[in-house]
Order: sequence, then structure tokens, then C-alpha cells
Amino acid sequence: MFESLTDKLQGVFDKLARQGKLTEADVNAAMREVRLALLEADVNYKVVKDFVARVRERAVGREVMESLTPAQQVVKIVNEELIELLGKPAPLNLSGQTPHVLMLVGLQGSGKTTMAAKLALRLRKSGQRPILVAADIYRPAAIQQLEILGKQIDVPVHSEGTSVPAATIAKNAVRLAREKAYTTVILDTAGRLQIDDQMMQELEQVRMVTRPSEILLIVDAMTGQEAVHVAEGFNQRVALTGLIMTKIDGDARGGAALSVRQVTGVPIKFLGTGEKLPDIEPFQPDRLAGRILGMGDVLSLIERAQETITEEDAAAMERKLQDGNFDFEDFRDQLRQIKKLGPLTDILGMIPGLNRMTKEIDMNEAEGSLKVTEAIINSMTAQERRNPSILNAGRRRRIAAGSGTTVQDVNQLVKQFRDMQKLMKEMGITGGRKGKQRRGRSMLPRGMSNMFGGMN
Amino acid sequence: MLRNLFGRPSKATEDDVRLENSLAKTRSGVFGRLGSIFQANEITDELWEELEETLILGDVGVPVAQELVERTQKRVERENIKATRDAYLILQQEMVRILTPAEPMRIDDPRLLTIVLVVGVNGSGKTTTIGKMAHWYKNRGRKVVLGAADTFRAAAIDQLKIWGERAGVDIIAHEPGADPGAVVFDAVRASQESRQADLLIVDTAGRLQTKYNLMQELEKIKRVAAKQVHRAPHEVFLVLDASTGQNAISQAKSFKDSAGVTGIILTKLDGTSKGGAVLSINHELGVPVRFVGTGEQIADFAEFDPVAFVEGLVGQ
Ligand SMILES: Nc1nc2c(ncn2[C@@H]2O[C@H](COP(=O)(O)OP(=O)(O)OP(=O)(O)O)[C@@H](O)[C@H]2O)c(=O)[nH]1
Ligand SMILES: [Mg+2]
Repeated sequence: MFESLTDKLQGVFDKLARQGKLTEADVNAAMREVRLALLEADVNYKVVKDFVARVRERAVGREVMESLTPAQQVVKIVNEELIELLGKPAPLNLSGQTPHVLMLVGLQGSGKTTMAAKLALRLRKSGQRPILVAADIYRPAAIQQLEILGKQIDVPVHSEGTSVPAATIAKNAVRLAREKAYTTVILDTAGRLQIDDQMMQELEQVRMVTRPSEILLIVDAMTGQEAVHVAEGFNQRVALTGLIMTKIDGDARGGAALSVRQVTGVPIKFLGTGEKLPDIEPFQPDRLAGRILGMGDVLSLIERAQETITEEDAAAMERKLQDGNFDFEDFRDQLRQIKKLGPLTDILGMIPGLNRMTKEIDMNEAEGSLKVTEAIINSMTAQERRNPSILNAGRRRRIAAGSGTTVQDVNQLVKQFRDMQKLMKEMGITGGRKGKQRRGRSMLPRGMSNMFGGMN
Repeated sequence: MLRNLFGRPSKATEDDVRLENSLAKTRSGVFGRLGSIFQANEITDELWEELEETLILGDVGVPVAQELVERTQKRVERENIKATRDAYLILQQEMVRILTPAEPMRIDDPRLLTIVLVVGVNGSGKTTTIGKMAHWYKNRGRKVVLGAADTFRAAAIDQLKIWGERAGVDIIAHEPGADPGAVVFDAVRASQESRQADLLIVDTAGRLQTKYNLMQELEKIKRVAAKQVHRAPHEVFLVLDASTGQNAISQAKSFKDSAGVTGIILTKLDGTSKGGAVLSINHELGVPVRFVGTGEQIADFAEFDPVAFVEGLVGQ
């Protein structure tokens, strides 16, 4: 339904490319598209306005006007500005005397309780002694929820039922932490609307009696235009120190991050990446920028791949690719590795350009076609796999019969394979992590080439 | 005035009032601006541009915002309208038209047992909404039972139990971690037999629409219901948080594909968010909004009325 941002930009830049030289009017046209595309990613309208102004300023300058690849240059600028705006990652502030108090605040349903447990697990793993505090006395069963999570990760939960004021519970928890030498107190507060004065007063009270070293706003990645007002509201009342974005494992672009970051000026600290308690990642601006730009989450995919694929495998594959020796044997290996990574939807969702496809193609069908591909390759002889150029009509017929497919299927696969080989050569595989120079930040995120380059 | 155009009684019902009150914030904010745009200017290009911006700020989404503006613009030209006030009314009409359901709800059709499935992403307000909905239908003389098919999230069952008590209706639950399909099976049985219920509302675990396996689980739940009761589930409601931006459309599309969503329940309209994405959803997917949630109390629930909604959105 909506074109992905990448496609949109590409569309604009294709237009520009055809005209050869870039005029200011072209830039304006491109900027309008950038603007609309960012709006579709849920970046706040006013934030977009400022942002586009900055990009335009640079785009009409020399670096784009005189470039042979203006399209790439503009994307590069957009990407750089996005990264700049998203800011540097910042760790939790755990300086000063223990116990440190972390206070989680946010709208209803943004994911505070789960995030509280995730932070607790993370801190426990890093050698801290965290304690969770159930300060949501309103939502039915909120306390039980936190208690269950605490048990799962072996972190104690302090609760006092639903009839004691939240500030009192929090205060008692801090005292308890001091007595029992807990190092961090994590306060799970009730979800509230930033315009609910009474509830905001409660937060002020909790803050006053606990003096948190971190007040973290939990923002749902799906939040729309109102994110700015929500963040402003919370920031005004309780002076936020950091942001955490949740539910980033869906397909929301997360443009709200930009808005929230802009109006509060406080750093984004973590991202919630799933329902399970280890699913938390430190924030990385280039990743989130790529996501907002609709480039998928290639880096996550690569990380997951790293867990399933050994360094040696990857290095060997990369060498082959560089030498242009990538054959059907390798292709089959890759398919098998991909299968190990998880369901196709998850994988495709992370690859730029393909994430749109995941909505349009039937996943069963896709999983099926993977199987067909594998069957065809399995029906080749080792020689054919290593040297696809010997695949003449007779061999193709035999392979089709052997794999229960048609000659067209086989032809199609061989063609796709050739295209892929060509693509890889054109992209000029730049090498793995060692060669990760800043230079490589072109249209294709560097992860993409790595993806093909043995997924390292 | 808009109300008269659509043949409504000019007196607002209690539900209208509730909805409008909770949208009051919205009205004084961004959408309130709409009214003033039309008052202040003559009909110029800037007016149309500003109009588009304002709709976008309400999460209406770029394509539908553009289309709404274009349609309004065309009608204004064709009908030779000069007063901005009238142009404004046309915009409202177009919005109402998009939001008006093509078919009535199937909950009140006469049948022995009506099954309603409630789905949505994590934290959108499903469980709370079910509590409110149980209360709503109980007050309207239905015998309601709740099925606790969110067996995944910690304390989800306890949460629904509390809502069941508040609404004074029975709930059928298994242990945490149980198979949601089995819960639905038992809930249907119990509704038909021991509880003699005529309305079963099933709570499901929150899930992001991109999780293939979890979406398949919904299909399975549906099949269980369909096997036991003819044409069940009769309604599948997607609970949508009004603060959701453009991802709402992806949600509606995926949940429609997997779970056969028949309607939207728009929650948290008591905040400052506009929920404008529902325009795109109804326009592009034909899935209408049926109810709205306007707070955390059991009575903060109303039938969706497009006219009241648009009046609330753009002010009067
Ligand atoms: N202000 C406001 N809050 C609401 C409304 N509906 C639900 N909530 C709150 O939103 C939060 C999440 O609601 P739940 O009903 O637990 O949401 P859910 O979709 O069942 O959540 P999961 O089962 O965890 O996916 C709770 O704090 C509710 O009180 C509403 O209309 N207005
Ligand atoms: Mg729930």
C-alpha cells in the first residue's frame, strides 16, 4: 500500500538521474518526497520541516550539484543527518552512591513492565544487584505481572499491594535496597496520559522521594505524530534523562524516535526487540536511521547470522565471492544457513527492499519456493553445482525431472543465480568487518553487501 | 450542522457526548486548527496545503490526506463554492463518508451463541476493552462469558479475571502457558452448556503483526471456533491504540489477512492522539471502526459514530 521510503527516494533520484544535471527545482522536488516519506515513517511534521531544511541546505551545495551520483549523495546526506539527529548512544548513568534508582515512565501499554524486567536482567548479568518495584497500583494484575517476570529472571520484586500510594512504595523500596545492599532500584510506574494532571503529580512525588539517577521514557515504536506532545508532557513534569523505544521487532519505522529525541534532547538508551526478557539492545543510531529510511534491519540480521554461522564459514564464503567463485554448492550452503536463521518472514523483514515483499507474498509459498530451489540444486551433479555454465538443455531437463519441477523453474533459478553473481561483482564486495570504513556508506547499506558476503 | 446533513437527530446522544468530550483535547489542538483555517482564509492554495498538513498531523496519513484534500477541492470547484465555511463542511462530509461502515455489526443478529474474537498488538488495550465490552453488553441484556486465550503474557489471565469480576460476568480460563485453542474450545462449550451464554468474548495475547507463527496461532483459534459454532467467530475486533501512527495500517492489513478482522476498536481516545489512521484503514481496507475506548474505567466505552468522531476531530 505504501511504498517503502527507500523505493520512494529511489524513484525521485531515478528521475533526477535521467535529467542528467541537477537543478534547484529538482532538489525541491526531491525534498518534497523526502518530507512525505519521513511523514510516512511517523516522524513528526514539524521535526520533518526542520530536518528537510537542513538536508536541502546541504543538497543544493556543491557536493550534490556537481556529483555524478546526486541520488546517492542526497541519500547519504539524509542518512547522515538522521544519524546526527538521533544522537550518540549513551549507557545508563550508574554513577554516584548506590542504590541507583531507575524510574520508568510512559503512556499506557508502551511496555514499561516488560522493559523493567529486561533492564533488571541486563543489570543482573553485568554483576549488579537489582530490585524491581511494583509501583503501578492501578492496572489490574500489574503487580502479579511484575512478580512473575521477577521470578523468571531471579530478581526480587518489592510490592505493597494496591492501596499504598506509589510514592510510599517507591520510598520503602529504596530504603530496603539500602539495607539489603541492592545496587539498582527499578521502578515500574503505572501508564498514564501526559495530560492527566493528577497522575503526573504522582510521578513528581515518586521522583521527589526517590531521586532517580535515570528517568526513562518508554516509547512505543509505533507511536504517531503525537509522540512530540507526549514526550514534552513527561519531560516538563519529571525531567527525563533518557528514552527507550520498544516493540522495534515489528515493522514500524520508528520515526517517533526522531521526534521524541528532538523535543527532549535526552539520549535514546535502549531498544526493546522482542517479548522475551533478553530481547533488549543498546541503541545504535545508524541502525535506527536505516530503519526509519526503510532499509530494514540488516545489522540485526547479520548479528543473528553471526550467532549461527561460524567465522571460518563466513570468511571462506567471502573469499569465494571476491574471487568470483561463488557456485551452486555455495548457494545451497547459504540457503541452508538461511533456514537456520528462522522463519522467512522474520528474515525478509530485515532485508532492505524485501521487507515490503514480506507483506505481499504468501509466506507459505515463499517457504515452499525455498524448498523447490533446494530440490533443484540437490538434483544437480556436484560438477554442475560447481560449474553452472555446463548446464545445457539436456541437463536442465534431467534436473527438472529429478527435482519434480519444470524446466522453466530450473531456467529461472539459473538466471536468478547469474543475476546474483553479477550483482555481487558490481557491488564490489568490500570485505568484512575489518574493512568497515566510513567511506562505504552509500545507497546500499554496508550490511547488504556483507549479507551476500557470507553474512559476517 | 453536519449532523443534519446526515439525517441525524440534532440532539447528541449520551455516547456522542462521551466521544466528543474525550476528543475535546484533540479539537483544541491540531484539528481545532482546521476550523480556524477555514474561517481565516479565502480559498487559496495555501489553504489546501495547510489542510493537508493538518490532517497529516492527525496521523491520517499522507495518501488519504492528499485524497481528501483533492476530493474536497474538486467539489468546491464543481459546486462553485466560495465560502471557506462551506468548503470546510464538504471536507467533513468526505471524512464521514469514509468512516461510515458499509454493513451493520453482526453481534446483535439473532443466534444462539455469538463469538467475538479480540486481537491486536501488545498493549493496545485488548483486555481492558473486553472488560468494558462485557459490561456494555451485559447492560443491554446479554449473557456474556469471557474466554482467557492470552495464556502467554504474565498475569494476563488474572487481569481478565479482575475485569470479569468488575463486569459481573463469568470467565473461562486455563493455566498460564496452556494452548489458546483449547481455551477457546472449552469457552465455547461452557458458553453453550453450563453458562447458557449468548455472547462469548475471547481475549488473545498481544502480538506484532509481523510474527508469522503468532499470526498462524490466531488462524488456529479461529478454526476452533468455526468448528464448534456455525460461521464463528462472528466478529473479529482489532484493538488499535489511537496514538499509533502509520503502522496502524500495516496492523489492520495483517490482522485482516490472518484473523479476518471485521472491525476496529479505537482505544485511548482520552489522550491527545487523534487516531486519524482509522480513515486510511476504512478507506483502503474497508474495515470500519465500531467502538471507541475513552478511559480506564469500565464505562469509558462507546459505539463509534462517524459524525460525532469527525465533529470531535475538526471541531464545529
Ligand atoms: N487512557 C486509556 N487507557 C487505556 C484505554 N484502554 C486501555 N488502557 C490502558 O492501556 C494499558 C494496556 O491495556 P491492556 O488492556 O492491558 O492491553 P492489552 O492489549 O490487553 O495488552 P497485552 O495483553 O499486554 O497485549 C492499561 O494500562 C490500560 O488501563 C483507554 O481507552 N484509555
Ligand atoms: Mg491483554
